[in-house]
Amino acid sequence: MEIPENVKKRLSIPAEEHFYAGHTACQGCGAALGLRYVLKAYGKKTIFTIPACCSTIIAGAWPYNTLDANLFHTAFATTGAVMGGIEAALKARGFKVKGEDGVMVVGWAGDGGTADIGLQALSGFLERGHDAVYIMYDNEAYMNTGIQRSGSTPYGAWTTNTPGGKKHFLEKRHKKKVIDIVIAHEVPYAATASVAYPEDFIRKLKKARKIPGPSFIQLFAPCPTGWRSPTDKSIEIARLAVQTAYFPLFEYENGKYRINMPSTKKEPKPIEEFLKYQGRFKYMTKEDIEVLQEWVLHEWEKLKKLAEVFG
Amino acid sequence: MAEYKPIRKVVSGNYAAAYAAKHARVQVVAAYPITPQTSIIEKIAEFIANGEVENLQYVPVESEHSAMAACIGASAAGARVFTATAAQGLALMHEMLHWASGARLPIVMVNANRALAPPWSVWDEQTDSLAQRDTGWMQFYAENNQEVYDGVLMAFKVAETVNLPAMVIESAFILSHTYDVVEMIPQELVDEFLPPREPLYDLTDFEKSFSVGALATPADYYEFRYKEQKAMEEAKEVIREVGKEFGERFGRDYSGMIEPYRVEDADFVFMGMGSLMGTVKQAVDILRDEGYRVGALKVRWFRPFPKEELYEFAKEVGGIAVIDRNYSFGMEGILFTEAKGALYNTGARPLMKDYIVGLGGRDFTVNDVRKIAENMKTIMGKGELDVEVDWYHLKR
Ligand SMILES: Cc1ncc(C[n+]2csc(CCOP(=O)(O)OP(=O)(O)O)c2C)c(N)n1
Ligand code: SF4
Repeated sequence: MEIPENVKKRLSIPAEEHFYAGHTACQGCGAALGLRYVLKAYGKKTIFTIPACCSTIIAGAWPYNTLDANLFHTAFATTGAVMGGIEAALKARGFKVKGEDGVMVVGWAGDGGTADIGLQALSGFLERGHDAVYIMYDNEAYMNTGIQRSGSTPYGAWTTNTPGGKKHFLEKRHKKKVIDIVIAHEVPYAATASVAYPEDFIRKLKKARKIPGPSFIQLFAPCPTGWRSPTDKSIEIARLAVQTAYFPLFEYENGKYRINMPSTKKEPKPIEEFLKYQGRFKYMTKEDIEVLQEWVLHEWEKLKKLAEVFG
Repeated sequence: MAEYKPIRKVVSGNYAAAYAAKHARVQVVAAYPITPQTSIIEKIAEFIANGEVENLQYVPVESEHSAMAACIGASAAGARVFTATAAQGLALMHEMLHWASGARLPIVMVNANRALAPPWSVWDEQTDSLAQRDTGWMQFYAENNQEVYDGVLMAFKVAETVNLPAMVIESAFILSHTYDVVEMIPQELVDEFLPPREPLYDLTDFEKSFSVGALATPADYYEFRYKEQKAMEEAKEVIREVGKEFGERFGRDYSGMIEPYRVEDADFVFMGMGSLMGTVKQAVDILRDEGYRVGALKVRWFRPFPKEELYEFAKEVGGIAVIDRNYSFGMEGILFTEAKGALYNTGARPLMKDYIVGLGGRDFTVNDVRKIAENMKTIMGKGELDVEVDWYHLKR
């Protein structure tokens, strides 16, 4: 559909679509939305690499490709390494990489493929300084294999291998802070983003494109199937994750932290707000919720301090 | 065509590999250190540091799994790609070896044959590469440093013609670290022999927007595998042609996937792969002088397996002593299984016995070949095997 120029001007995100209809994500899938925004930001001169994850399916079975860009499907653990190889080949062959008009090399991996099995390749990618953008879409579990825990699964969440039962739930550890691990590599640019705030996400994607070296974006991407949440609540849940400071939006750029949430000045909403639509948290008692709340506020204070001292 | 005047250099097998990669004008090298492979990549890094190569991107990755993954990304993005590894490194790459062949990427890798742990061993054994038999990689076993150099150049040409990856295999220390004269080919002549790569597909082709490696349902997967097998079959002819062309241009003929040595009127032959065949050939000369009618049959390419050539040969000979520096537990030496399997339906049935030698780098000498010859003579005289598989070096 052609969008009239005058309308285009008023849109706050690019009108161009490079993600085709007919993909096979579930209704309300945050990952699918995220992929669409990435394509809007970078256009078709992009080479994606996608490891085993839900996006393998979303991107289309052979011979289809739901992306209007080139895509190399790869093994679960290898996103960072394959990106490095692609970037090296482009440079050896004389292509301009990144920057305003260069080829974009994009890794698009789930939290499992990033926080767990692919962490080593991610670390190598960051540390070697490739000119490419790694995006971890965080749906807080292994959805493709049927909702098993990942290092990014939060305290209290039901998954099929950390179920909640009559007596206990098994997930007793807090979410692994992948972004902190990334920042420890002293990358030029790292940020969190959310599908509930597309302008902010696209701005960050564009920034990542301009800054030389490796960039990392951790995108909060609700999964109604795995979170046992209504399909029409994904955006609301993602927004509440930010408003409760469960998943704060911030940027780390050359040593400086900046919090960029719409509600920085306000006190975070209580964590129950974030939990309320999600069946995966229904096994939590009041005390469990307190444990999670305490962790969230502690991490939030930490982030605020960082922004204050290194802002 | 310029006249071929070889450049003679005294180099290790590893340096022969590094020079070959340089002369092949590789564009991306991603690798991880492991003994005895390491000095291949160190030498390539030195070429870059000294400005001896242009447009070569070196990616010092954090593991072999990532090394192969980076090679795969680079190859999919159209570059000519090289790496090297050994033993544990090759085992760690296993998943990605399938990825390279399945995505039809002509990556060339040198593997320095080394025994797998535990117990730790850095010495020669072929089990590491032979365990990768079913990964869809072509495998060339080099007898000496010259064959390492020539093998890498030919491997690129064959790989890029049929779009399958290829491994060039040298033995730990016996080749990797032993210095020998290697006749290298002047760059312009290598360039004539090996023009720039023309990829099957190229991720930088943005007109089309396509994906590689997507999910294939049972309705399609089967055909992907069939095409890979067709490419392997096609590779046999390409290997012979490339080997012949190499011979015509540079005087070293590789047109045979197997290389017979003094097999005329032989009662039986020794068959094997890699550096141990140097020892065997020397032993053949000595044994012939001593009155044995013996020859040697070197298998150069293990994948694709030279079934047809083996048959042509086996129908003429009474006995084959297969010399395996490798083992498949629960069965026997791997070359032995392959050779017997290849011949079963052909009707060529020489007496075949498997000699397991030199595992973990134990010495394998001319004298050992003599003992094998004596044993072969005895069993052939009786017309039946004593044992099928002989753990020849065992401290009994
Ligand atoms: C080496 C290996 N181990 C296991 C798997 C099985 N596997 C495929 S996708 C997946 C989980 C993916 O989870 P995540 O990265 O969080 O992405 P999501 O499915 O949630 O989108 C697993 C375990 C695999 N493909 N490869
Ligand atoms: S399971 Fe979740 S992440 Fe996967 S496609 Fe469905 S909604 Fe998206």
